[in-house]
Amino acid sequence: MASTGDAFLDEQIALVGADRGRLMDVLRAVQTRYGHVSDASASAIAAGLGMHVGDVIDALSFYAFFSRVPAGRFQIRLSRTPISRIHGADAVAHAFCQALGIAMGETSPDGLVTLNWTSDIGMADQEPAALVDDVVVTALTPEVVPAILAALRAAIDASTGIPSPGNRVPLPHARVHPNVIQAGPLLSRAARRGDGIRAALLLPPEQVVARIAAARLRGRGGAGFPTALKWRLCRNGPDGERHIICNADEGEPGTFKDRVLLSDFADLVFDGMTIAGYALGAPSGVMYLRAEYAWMLPALHDVLAARRRLGLLGGAICGHDAFGFEIRIQSGAGAYICGEESALIESLEGKRGAPRDRPPFPTEHGYRDRPTAVNNVETLACVARIMENGPETFAALGTRESTGTKLMSLSGDCPHPGLYEVPFGITLNGLLDLAGAPDAGFVQVGGPSGRSVAPKDFGRRLAYEDLSTGGSIMIFGPDRDVLDIVLQFAEFFADESCGWCTPCRVGTALLRDQMAHVAAGRATLRDIGALESLAGTVARTSRCGLGQTAPNPILSTMRDFPERYEARLHAADFVSKIDLVAAQRESAALQGRHPVEELF
Amino acid sequence: MPLGTLQFTIDGITVQTQEGQSLIAACDAAGLYIPRLCYHPDLRPAGNCRVCTCRIDGHQAAACVTPVRDGMVVENDTPQLNADRLALIEMMFVEGNHPCPYCVASGDCELQALGYRLGMTAPVYPFFWPRHEIDASHPDIFLDRERCIACSRCIEASRMPDGKSVFSYEGRGIAMHLHVDGWGGLGATQMAAIDKAAHVCPVACIVIRRDGYRIPNGQRRFDKTPIGTDIEARRKAPPS
Amino acid sequence: MTRPRLATCSLTGCFGCHMSLLDIDERLLDLADLVELDRSPFDDKKRFDRPVDIGFIEGGCSNTHNVHVLRQFRTHCRTLVSVGACALYGGVPAMRNVVTLRACLEEAYQNGPTVTCGGHIPDDPELPLLLDRVYPAHDIVRIDHFLPGCPPSADAIWETLRALLTGQAPDLPYPLLKYE
Repeated sequence: MASTGDAFLDEQIALVGADRGRLMDVLRAVQTRYGHVSDASASAIAAGLGMHVGDVIDALSFYAFFSRVPAGRFQIRLSRTPISRIHGADAVAHAFCQALGIAMGETSPDGLVTLNWTSDIGMADQEPAALVDDVVVTALTPEVVPAILAALRAAIDASTGIPSPGNRVPLPHARVHPNVIQAGPLLSRAARRGDGIRAALLLPPEQVVARIAAARLRGRGGAGFPTALKWRLCRNGPDGERHIICNADEGEPGTFKDRVLLSDFADLVFDGMTIAGYALGAPSGVMYLRAEYAWMLPALHDVLAARRRLGLLGGAICGHDAFGFEIRIQSGAGAYICGEESALIESLEGKRGAPRDRPPFPTEHGYRDRPTAVNNVETLACVARIMENGPETFAALGTRESTGTKLMSLSGDCPHPGLYEVPFGITLNGLLDLAGAPDAGFVQVGGPSGRSVAPKDFGRRLAYEDLSTGGSIMIFGPDRDVLDIVLQFAEFFADESCGWCTPCRVGTALLRDQMAHVAAGRATLRDIGALESLAGTVARTSRCGLGQTAPNPILSTMRDFPERYEARLHAADFVSKIDLVAAQRESAALQGRHPVEELF
Repeated sequence: MPLGTLQFTIDGITVQTQEGQSLIAACDAAGLYIPRLCYHPDLRPAGNCRVCTCRIDGHQAAACVTPVRDGMVVENDTPQLNADRLALIEMMFVEGNHPCPYCVASGDCELQALGYRLGMTAPVYPFFWPRHEIDASHPDIFLDRERCIACSRCIEASRMPDGKSVFSYEGRGIAMHLHVDGWGGLGATQMAAIDKAAHVCPVACIVIRRDGYRIPNGQRRFDKTPIGTDIEARRKAPPS
Repeated sequence: MTRPRLATCSLTGCFGCHMSLLDIDERLLDLADLVELDRSPFDDKKRFDRPVDIGFIEGGCSNTHNVHVLRQFRTHCRTLVSVGACALYGGVPAMRNVVTLRACLEEAYQNGPTVTCGGHIPDDPELPLLLDRVYPAHDIVRIDHFLPGCPPSADAIWETLRALLTGQAPDLPYPLLKYE
């Protein structure tokens, strides 16, 4: 292997065996070490991995957590969601800006901090929250901002000007509460780690699949695809290597169930991966962990090390000579779209997270073109429980179509935000009663890509056959501004669109801009009609679920809250969207004149 | 029917084709035109533009990336699908800068030609007015990213037929744009004017220098006949 | 019986669309029978003093005066047609939309190769202020119909007028629908 001339880079490239498919690991290492990935580094990485610079740039420029220009010593990323904002994220952002003398998106003059907004970081139950590099700070207030900045300043080594190596900066409010409000069979402590694996190893692999089928387990990410069917398709794919991937890219705003499973029940999830590996004949598995959860990496690696000592990982698992299994954790780098399974696979292969067209499905041609089963964190935890307790016990809860329990992440206007394990089929009313929010104004079920539910529909059931959801339940009080929340969701999709297909790339940006006119009261009836028509085109023609569901908040609130739109409607037949006074400012300044206010 | 032959209908017309074909290729061979922009018969389909979206067995899907299945029922020429296609074309017009009056590709531009075919008079969405650098570093090829519609044709062509990987993307979402390998612009790459990648651009983003206006306006590909006419001409008259 | 009234104007454009209208040749005689020309550069009538049936807008909006005139047209014309590339998206004048106004004016009046003696950017208060961009007419007022082309051919203009005068929505056949 040729040297890149940078010892650190050479080491990182050697660590991944100069495998270009592991580009993400190398980029992440360089980003962490140097605070950015320079053009020179990109060239060196390309040379070291034997790829074109263009392909490195393609991936590097795609992810929000990589930067190509030098940034501050610390990256502070404040979570910007409707939930964080109702809990005061704007005031916290303002406090940071004031204290640092910068605007959002800028680096402080002393080079200490680069300050940015970011999409949801999985802390909806304890917002406002932020990432300070890989450290999470939660329940922020403007008052705590100076203490955080003081801690960061204190961490800088005066002689070198860089943070002291080795230990993380101890920060005030650096704490994450699990917030498990109601636990059920999934979040129980009854079993020991490995129990599910031991039960599985007593059966031939196809019998393990049969048990999952008997439990009628469906994917917990939201789509609800039958897990056993996915595994069978994968087993029936071309002979040879197979892959099991745990989708820990929990990016849907409002959800944090996987965070709790990974921080408090990691063994259960790894048990599930191992059982899947046995059932599929996969010798190894990859957990794709979102960059926002990188703070859990050390603990997760500790769990893996403990499992190795206990014979739950590596060769001859639980003394079963014929079955060995390895687990690797791959970090993402800030891209919501990578929660989509084919985009996740692209990212795992070291590319931009652009979804693939299907067919072929990943179960046939997935990771490295091999049959691949991508399963949600919660699904794999359920797999372990089914093997521990039997499919009948699992299927005894829930409904006919939706068996078992579901983890619901509740946030927003309720006295007890947190995680609720409830049987499938519970009504939204039932859930709101549990959370102490019976008089909610509306509930966003399933995150921005889900749908808004008005009080008249609170009797509907949370289940695949009615309101299907991955478990994000955002509760908004009756006084919240529906249109402003919809606008925030529209901004989210425009930020997170991968850009591959026209309707999503251009359409989400147009939806955002047009929704801004609606929210500002500048839209006419004709504009609302045009917005609805555009939303339909984006939903019908987009390539993947992101674009197909991006118009959901607009379309479902138009249906459920028409009076909110009507109240904001501009009565005129036509309203120009151009700010004509602002449009004159540049020439007025150039000529030492004043803009004309009245042009008629 | 011979082995491997299968049959489907599109807008009520029955088409026989071979297994393994994409819907768009099968329809092209049968002389049935599905509007499209990013698809190129010589290149692996990338599914970017979604103009070839059809309703297939009740679901929307892009014809270029959908393999034919026996018995599939396809809707193509419907008011709803054509309205969606027109909206997509308008999105591409406002996303970039497409000044037809002084564009070298006028009359030979597939984006423009689709606008004509689908009856666009003017895009009604607000223009984005992107500002992109023009790359004039290559002696024989000119690259104007303001015209780029992100169809991936040049990326695919440079990878597969040319074996060079000159192009990739950079950025994401509405900021995504064409990246040229390395740092010295197109002139510092291995790209040559005879490359496939230099001849597949549907608009005037990649242009061969000193070649413009060789065919005068009024005599270009789409000046007299709508785009897709060549495909439709393949449709055999029923045997008499 | 009174004839329908037609008004035309050129905002930031080259009058090419008006030239193309004159290119309908002998049909001008028919047109004179069919419509009554109101405010237009052709008859040099400068103000509206009554409602008009059809307004033709050539050119985009690059300054405050353009906006003022366009709004007058909208107020006085029952049907407003945006005519030609400049009205539809800014056309050639919109080439400046991808540079800053400062860069554009400095190049034109101070640094450009044709500037001989260190000129200055015109700042007479009589001049309308430039807008940051050249805007299409439909960004400023409601437009009823679009007639593309640079310029639209005489036949396309005639066909559009014919349709409007017979109460139909213009729908140009393939050979007449041109953006260039």
